[in-house]
Amino acid sequence: MSELSSFWGYRRENSRVGVRNYVAILPVDDISNAACEAVANNIKGTIALPHAYGRLQFGEDLELHFRTIIGTGANPNVAACVVIGIEPGWTKHIVDGIAATGKPVVGFSIEQNGDIATIAKASHQAKEFVHLTSGHLREECDISELWVAAKCGESDTTTGLASCPAVGNMYDKWIPKGLYGCFSETTEITGAEHLCKARAISPEIGEKFMATWQAYQDEVIEPFKTSDLSDSQPTKGNILGGLTTIEEKALGNLAKIGKDVKYIDVLEPAEAPKQGPGLYFMDTSSAAAECNTLQAAAGYSVHCFPTGQGNIIGHPIMPVIKITGNPRTVRTMGEHIDVDVSGVVRREMTISDAGDALMECIIRTANGTMTCAEALGHREFVMTKLYRSA
Amino acid sequence: MKVPHLLVHNKTDNVGVVVVEGVEVGQALFCVVTEDNSDFEITTNHDIPIGHKVALTDLKVGDTIIKYGEDIGKVVQDTSKGDHIHTHNLKTKRW
Repeated sequence: MSELSSFWGYRRENSRVGVRNYVAILPVDDISNAACEAVANNIKGTIALPHAYGRLQFGEDLELHFRTIIGTGANPNVAACVVIGIEPGWTKHIVDGIAATGKPVVGFSIEQNGDIATIAKASHQAKEFVHLTSGHLREECDISELWVAAKCGESDTTTGLASCPAVGNMYDKWIPKGLYGCFSETTEITGAEHLCKARAISPEIGEKFMATWQAYQDEVIEPFKTSDLSDSQPTKGNILGGLTTIEEKALGNLAKIGKDVKYIDVLEPAEAPKQGPGLYFMDTSSAAAECNTLQAAAGYSVHCFPTGQGNIIGHPIMPVIKITGNPRTVRTMGEHIDVDVSGVVRREMTISDAGDALMECIIRTANGTMTCAEALGHREFVMTKLYRSA
Repeated sequence: MKVPHLLVHNKTDNVGVVVVEGVEVGQALFCVVTEDNSDFEITTNHDIPIGHKVALTDLKVGDTIIKYGEDIGKVVQDTSKGDHIHTHNLKTKRW
């Protein structure tokens, strides 16, 4: 433990390691949320993951929806999964996708059954899964079995001074040991895209990043922009915290990838990494709940979330660790902060000390200690929608 | 080491960040450059909230603001050393 090289996790059927042991009740679509929440209310030890979409989507947007739902159910923090959808076709598609991991999963559809009969059958199944999985024992696992994603939010100038560099220091220390890492936020790289390109493992991956970044500029910003990003980049909260321009925000954001580590591939939203251990860039929005949901769907089991002004986000199945370097945020909303690195701005703590404090918190969290967001009940689970439904 | 009032990322930066609460007009700020731990002092011309920036030199309209050793935008209003730097006098060059 003192060397921060191992943790205690749940080994799954596909050999991935989870840090939580949920029985998830997963809706295929928005109208199945009520049944899922009823099942989770009936059967203790389960968690429902309601969300807003899943009807009349098509093409790439539907593929992303399926990838997100299947990836969430497949995440190693989920021990077993009950899937409920309005009709049997897409429900079976989700069940089959999750079943590929080998974990227990059963689907139910509501049409021609109604909510009440479906809830009854799904509740019996959920109860069986609780008995089947709640006694699972943790085993000691090497740090290379941990997948840690990162995204910052409600950033301010302290984010670039302390909390993002703490995450970067963690990646610089652990990626060489075999950790899987992930950073995202295609929009918020704007202003530092030249530096991000230079941190790719090869010129080809650097070009792949630039193509992804440029596609966002061309397909989203150009058609929809007003005079700028309409007060969304930087956000009102960013500006209150002292950030003035998108470039300033991006330079702080990019401190999350440290000084040495290179990213080895560029992922589609919710795409699982395929190139082995290392740092990945994933194409996502910079909206926290959307980004975190996509990273969890790619299989990441722990999340590091640097914040300046105090973002409060969590996720239903992936523990989200909040780090801040802003002493005022520690004072005013300390119940949301897992790792206080404000010592960095007082010059009482080095960036390496801050990285160590974060790594100790990640190990504790992976071993089972609840994060602030978990204790406070934050379960933000938000689908990314690419375009209007049919 | 004394607790700094203001931190500067890079030797080439022309702005620094206030990292304590309650900085008031006329206050002499103890400033540290994180790159090399060098220090200096500057007097503020405004009350500056924590997290907000201070000009380290006089700046003219069109000048580039440097932070992290990188271009973060252009000056849109003449500004004196010790002034508050924010959305009223700094804009991105991008849009």
